[in-house]
Amino acid sequence: MSEERVGVYVCHCGSNIAGTVAVDEVARWIGSQPNVVVARDYKFMCSSLGQELIEQDIKEQKLSRVVVAACSPHMHEKTFRSACQRAGLNPFLFEMANIRELDSWATDDKEAATQKAKAMVKAAVERVVHHQPLELIPVNINPNTLVVGGGVAGITAALELAEAGYHVYLVERESSIGGHMAQLDKTFPTLDCSACILTPKMVDVAQHPNITLLSYSEVEAVDGYLGNFTITVRKKARHVIEEKCTGCGICTEKCPKRVIDEVFEAGLGYRKAIYRLFPQAVPKYPVIDMQNCIYFQRGKCKACQIFCPTGAIDFDQQDELIKFEVGNIILATGYDPFDARRISQYGYGRLANVFTSLEFERLVNAAGPTGGKIVLRDGVTQPQSVAIIHCVGSRDRNYNEYCSRVCCMYSLKFAHLVHERLPGAEVYNFYIDVRASGKRYEEFYHRILSEGTHFIRGRAAEVTDAARLPGEEGKLIVQAEDTLTGRQRRVPVDMVILSIGLEARHDAKEVAQKFGLGCDFNGFFIERHPKLDPVTTMTEGILIAGACQGPMDIPETVAQGAAAAARVAGLISRGTVWMEPVRAHINPDLCSGCRICNTMCPYNAIVFHADKGISEVITALCQGCGACVAACPSAAITGAHFTDQQIMSQIDGMLWDVKPQAKAEVAS
Amino acid sequence: MSMAATMVRAPTFMDEVIAATPGECHLERCLQCGTCGGSCPSGPDMEYTPRAIFAMIAAGMKDQVLRSNTPWYCVSCYYCTVRCPQEIHITDIMYTLKRMAIKEGFYADSTASDAPDFSKTFIDFVESNGRSFELGLATRFHLRHRPLDAVRMAPMALDMLRKGRMDLMPKQIKGIKQLQAILAKAKELGGAA
Amino acid sequence: MKYGYYPGCSLERNASAYHQSTLAVAEPLGIELSEVEDWNCCGATEYFSINLLPAYALVARNLALASQQPENGQLVAPCSACFLNLTKTDRYMLDSPQLAEQVNQALEAGGLHYKPGSVRVRHLLDIVVNDVGYDVVAARVSRPLKGLRVAPYYGCLIVRPGYQSMFDDPEYPTTLDKLLEVLGAEVVDFPLKAHCCGGHMTQISQPVAFELIRRLLKNAADYEADVIATLCPMCQLNLDAYQDGVNSLFKTNYYIPILYFTQLMGLAFGMPATKLGFGKEFVNARAALAKIGVEAPASAPAEGATRRRQAAKEALPMPRMPKEE
Repeated sequence: MSEERVGVYVCHCGSNIAGTVAVDEVARWIGSQPNVVVARDYKFMCSSLGQELIEQDIKEQKLSRVVVAACSPHMHEKTFRSACQRAGLNPFLFEMANIRELDSWATDDKEAATQKAKAMVKAAVERVVHHQPLELIPVNINPNTLVVGGGVAGITAALELAEAGYHVYLVERESSIGGHMAQLDKTFPTLDCSACILTPKMVDVAQHPNITLLSYSEVEAVDGYLGNFTITVRKKARHVIEEKCTGCGICTEKCPKRVIDEVFEAGLGYRKAIYRLFPQAVPKYPVIDMQNCIYFQRGKCKACQIFCPTGAIDFDQQDELIKFEVGNIILATGYDPFDARRISQYGYGRLANVFTSLEFERLVNAAGPTGGKIVLRDGVTQPQSVAIIHCVGSRDRNYNEYCSRVCCMYSLKFAHLVHERLPGAEVYNFYIDVRASGKRYEEFYHRILSEGTHFIRGRAAEVTDAARLPGEEGKLIVQAEDTLTGRQRRVPVDMVILSIGLEARHDAKEVAQKFGLGCDFNGFFIERHPKLDPVTTMTEGILIAGACQGPMDIPETVAQGAAAAARVAGLISRGTVWMEPVRAHINPDLCSGCRICNTMCPYNAIVFHADKGISEVITALCQGCGACVAACPSAAITGAHFTDQQIMSQIDGMLWDVKPQAKAEVAS
Repeated sequence: MSMAATMVRAPTFMDEVIAATPGECHLERCLQCGTCGGSCPSGPDMEYTPRAIFAMIAAGMKDQVLRSNTPWYCVSCYYCTVRCPQEIHITDIMYTLKRMAIKEGFYADSTASDAPDFSKTFIDFVESNGRSFELGLATRFHLRHRPLDAVRMAPMALDMLRKGRMDLMPKQIKGIKQLQAILAKAKELGGAA
Repeated sequence: MKYGYYPGCSLERNASAYHQSTLAVAEPLGIELSEVEDWNCCGATEYFSINLLPAYALVARNLALASQQPENGQLVAPCSACFLNLTKTDRYMLDSPQLAEQVNQALEAGGLHYKPGSVRVRHLLDIVVNDVGYDVVAARVSRPLKGLRVAPYYGCLIVRPGYQSMFDDPEYPTTLDKLLEVLGAEVVDFPLKAHCCGGHMTQISQPVAFELIRRLLKNAADYEADVIATLCPMCQLNLDAYQDGVNSLFKTNYYIPILYFTQLMGLAFGMPATKLGFGKEFVNARAALAKIGVEAPASAPAEGATRRRQAAKEALPMPRMPKEE
């Protein structure tokens, strides 16, 4: 029989709980149980009045333990723990029984729900008397930050932190930062030139004393925990000595090997085997593509080295492994465009003049493969008619169910650009809806309406070159139902642009695993809360920003980058954070050194001391999963706040009304 | 407060159509994108495209839907079904509408009013013989509905006979009684069409 | 390899060429076809329009009979419509225990029973391409169809909607193309190769049906096909028997023989045309046969016939398509 004085509070939660569970009955009943000195039911325990009730009782009734039967601990465990703390009671001497999500919201049967509520509250009471006071664990926050991904999200986050006075390591996989935004021509709704607004920021990144830019690099390993991460980065060999390179570009000029640029030019243009990603690349150093370089493949050429005025080419350069420490990591790895080849009825890859939106961006870009001239695949002919098909690979259960957010707006933008560059050309937009929800987006749509674009409300069924009617010979025909008139239409055009959607990066799962966060079924990184906390993840110290979280436009991407930076800056300025003490602890006297726990730990939080022959838990890395506690054959490991005694008492409490005979069977 | 899975509002025409279609046809997901109407090879010849029919079903326009020629012009090519972004079993729904049109007797008003009779004649022979009988089907159907066509088609029919591609007499399966018993039971269980 | 065989009503008479040529090539392909005892009509696209449960029961009788034969639970249907009905029935019975129960009640009135999922239904092309394999087919070719331009025509129901599995791409299938290539023919990849022949629309509305047929003939002709290879009796009938009617209505003069892919396989295997059901087509295939009887020059596209022009120097690169095996 325990000496503890337990206070129990049964919440109505309006009618969420009280509508199904007889809360007054439960409170009355638990009040008659051993150890319970106070039992109340109340409409909204989470309100300030509800919390005051607890605080008052703790002081006046000298409570040594508190139980609240209400919603999920995810919602309000913190709330009630704080209330206990304010009243001078250690917050871990509190237990919550979830009689809402696990009870009143799971059934309509009032009698059964009330019975279950009683069992759950009894279990909580039995458990809480065995709770021990625990203290939060302080963790220092390293003021450096790692930003992975040098697109506009990563650039924004890096600059924000750098300006705040903190050091940032910006790691980018490609040879230049800029990401997908650098590939775009004009951006909606303002029609700013993308490179013009992005490149000053890129230069800022390169020049900022607080930013260490590691381009053409990838994160190889992540160790540690919030505030104390050790990062290993592989800086891939460019085969160019950065200190010597002046960025003059002679190497690229002289290189004899021309290949299709699949990355920046979206397969529409060419580059050399030694190349800069694009003219305004940051950093300015070129990189040698070993797969296509004649020297690396066949041992001949070396033209770049021969002509380089400063001797900056080094074919023997090796990858470099760089290690450093940071306190927080922001993932801003961006998206991959949908592969239009998957939709065979649109003919991409088969019919020459079907282009994807990314190809069209390059086509229309002044620095692109055609110098900004809109031409057909033959490189010469200007189209007289263009069809733009919305929702390619998006809003489609056959491919991606979600809406990719940006395609309607960029489709409108394309319509505008075609009218601008090819006056007199006919433009047809095939859409289901026009989604123009951002600031000044709807107005942009109205502007396009007045430019003479033909809007056909009907999702394109197919694109074909099989002519059937007069006027179709030699054209691409888009067949769709014009749903507003209810008639099937065949529209012959010269060029078709597929507005492809955004997908998660195809290696997102591997990246997520490396950093220890989760991906949803579409591959996008999972945020802690979709509305209230979109830039943090369930893993402390890892944040996300931009399209890696979900399809989004530039304004939102920038906002997210800044938000992630602000969160990190806040943590850094606090200097120390407090972590939950729900961790494992190995009793050195009981440990036999069998090391079963070492391999069991998914967080690599257990080390073995060979000299002493015993294992030890690194408290800060431990996430309290309990795997080692269950596995230890010597019962040498205790899970704080989840001891055997606490758990067994909880079970006993849950089975309070089960016949003694059966209970004995369970206990043995 | 748990949500009951069953709907408590009054059943609609759309509910009726969904219930009468095998499996889960997902008609309620339609967002009127028009892919089906755009893909349909006979769409231009239908009074209402498949998409329009679904809008009418959602609006409860049972009469107009079942009087239209749309389901009778469906060629069962399944383009709509594989392309529908909401994975709606459109072709199956067309079959449902055919059955409903016959049951309600509305098909008589449609411009494809003789189409059901083609199917009925076909299955009459199948039910008597266990196999289809093309000559019988063609002659009975055409003579009944399009006598002029019958005359026009005669040379082709003769060609078919000459080339050995058509039988003069129907073939009957051995287990015809067994088949008839099965079909009779099925009709009893499933209710008359 | 043993399979149950469900010919379907068409193969008995109308498409006897298909039946004959299938049985002829089965032996060199190593396929043993055991016809389902006393099978009945599958109902085509007609029974489902009238009454649902009897329509399933009609098909299910065949599945029940097939499941009684021990040919490793596989049933081959050469006709696309039969294939569709058999797979559709099995699939819906599998998905809905309620439906399976009702269908079996009906079957029991005839002393039969069918356990859904116990018979796997395959189209004839599927087993040739996947079970026998292109290599084995290639090894049997003794008279390659060199110089014959063949347009592979899939029709709808073999590739859509895929009730049991997706055998080939529903929009742009390539298995028959590859098979014809292996037979040595010049494959004409025409865009409408999986478009609809109109099915029974020839009886419901001839103008609609004829227009659909015309499109297919035109497209194949535009791509200079000598013959069209089919794998469905309905498609063969429509394109063949009504070709004359189409020509009259639209004032065209197409003359493209419509042959079954098994007939072409048989020819490539060196079999005589008489054994492969030739002579029953409305559009006579004699000219096509003559083409492969003669030593044809190395296949070079005729003057001005190629649809694919040589890309000019200024041309922009095409996107890379995944390599076909």
